[in-house]
Amino acid sequence: MKICITSQGEERASNVDPRFGRCAHFCFYDTESSEYRFEPNEFATGVGGVGVQTSQYMAEQEVDAVLTGQVGPNAFKTLNAAGIEVYPNAEGTVESAVQAFLAGEFEKTSGATGPARHS
Amino acid sequence: MTISVASGKGGTGKTTVAVGLALALEQQVQLLDCDVEEPNSHLFLQLEPELSAEQDSKGQSEAKAGVRSSEDFSILVPRIDQDKCTACGLCSAFCEYGALARLKDKLLVFDNLCHGCGGCKIVCPEGAITEAPRPIGKLVSAAVPGVDLLYGDLNSGEVLAPPLIRAVKRHIGAAPGGTEGPPVIIDSPPGTTCPMVTAVKDSDFSILVTENTPFGLHDLELAVEVLNDLDMPMGVVINRSDIGRSDVEEFCRKKNLPVLMRIPYSREIAEFYARGESIVAADPDFRRRFQEMYIRIEELVAERRAVK
Repeated sequence: MKICITSQGEERASNVDPRFGRCAHFCFYDTESSEYRFEPNEFATGVGGVGVQTSQYMAEQEVDAVLTGQVGPNAFKTLNAAGIEVYPNAEGTVESAVQAFLAGEFEKTSGATGPARHS
Repeated sequence: MTISVASGKGGTGKTTVAVGLALALEQQVQLLDCDVEEPNSHLFLQLEPELSAEQDSKGQSEAKAGVRSSEDFSILVPRIDQDKCTACGLCSAFCEYGALARLKDKLLVFDNLCHGCGGCKIVCPEGAITEAPRPIGKLVSAAVPGVDLLYGDLNSGEVLAPPLIRAVKRHIGAAPGGTEGPPVIIDSPPGTTCPMVTAVKDSDFSILVTENTPFGLHDLELAVEVLNDLDMPMGVVINRSDIGRSDVEEFCRKKNLPVLMRIPYSREIAEFYARGESIVAADPDFRRRFQEMYIRIEELVAERRAVK
């Protein structure tokens, strides 16, 4: 299973970025190999529809679940249509969020957790 | 001749100046209220109450003085023929606003994110995209003696002011025979961003309305910067010119900006304003002053053309 954690930095000790579409970095975590891979979010400075663009990227990367702070309605609709599960309200470091997720401490959401944002 | 009335700061008196100028001129003028998020020039023109849809359908909205007629304004948003779509992703890669999401085998369209540019339809190699109208506001017109009014009224919650402003401006009419049409006065939205730029662009002259306060000066400086970037000739009207304290006059001198009019703070003007009546109704002397201002603007525009 491949999960994506929105991250403020490029390390396991970086904090989870509470924003989904405009998060600073993505952390891709593979539950089989236990590998972490970080990359900058190139959509973060887009003019609009960033949640949709980021969600499409999640689908292209064949992510199964997203671990983040909040997701807006456009992002949720896209992730949901792509069959990607969304686990909101993540906080603390990326590594601790992954551990909590693996321990089954997260609940997936069945809808957006925040409003659409324009910037 | 097209004159736009703008200001960096809201509430300085753009509408007071735009309507005053429109009513003061002897010839027929077009008044275009491009402040589509909150159009209110019409409030100072004593129009008839708006007809309900039912009355309207009975054909009572014929061209009669002061009666409004309105039509929906829509932008075109994409519709996908899922049978023809191969989910190649060219359209979603093209869209700057994330209005199209390409998933493995299908496309999602977000109408609320679409700016209506039509680019997706052009780049689609399969001819799978058609366009459907999505109303975002209304175009409203009315005529009173001397003034043909047209304004845009953006629906609540919509953000796309510029397309509606452009639609209002497409009604700028040339007189028959291709000669220059009647004077056009544009009431611009406040501020210095896309809606303001869209409203003032292509004018022959901009009037910047400001007030004698630090806020007025600060936002005047921003507006002057934008108009300079647009290479727009401009002048300043100082409203409530005898109260407050700032360096507006000195700024204008330094920047070589003509001060076209000073409107003093007057209880009488305020009382007329509060009743929805124009400044020229409050003080007939303003009729003459606006006429003189118009002549001065004509001279400034002619001088500028001679230099170019």
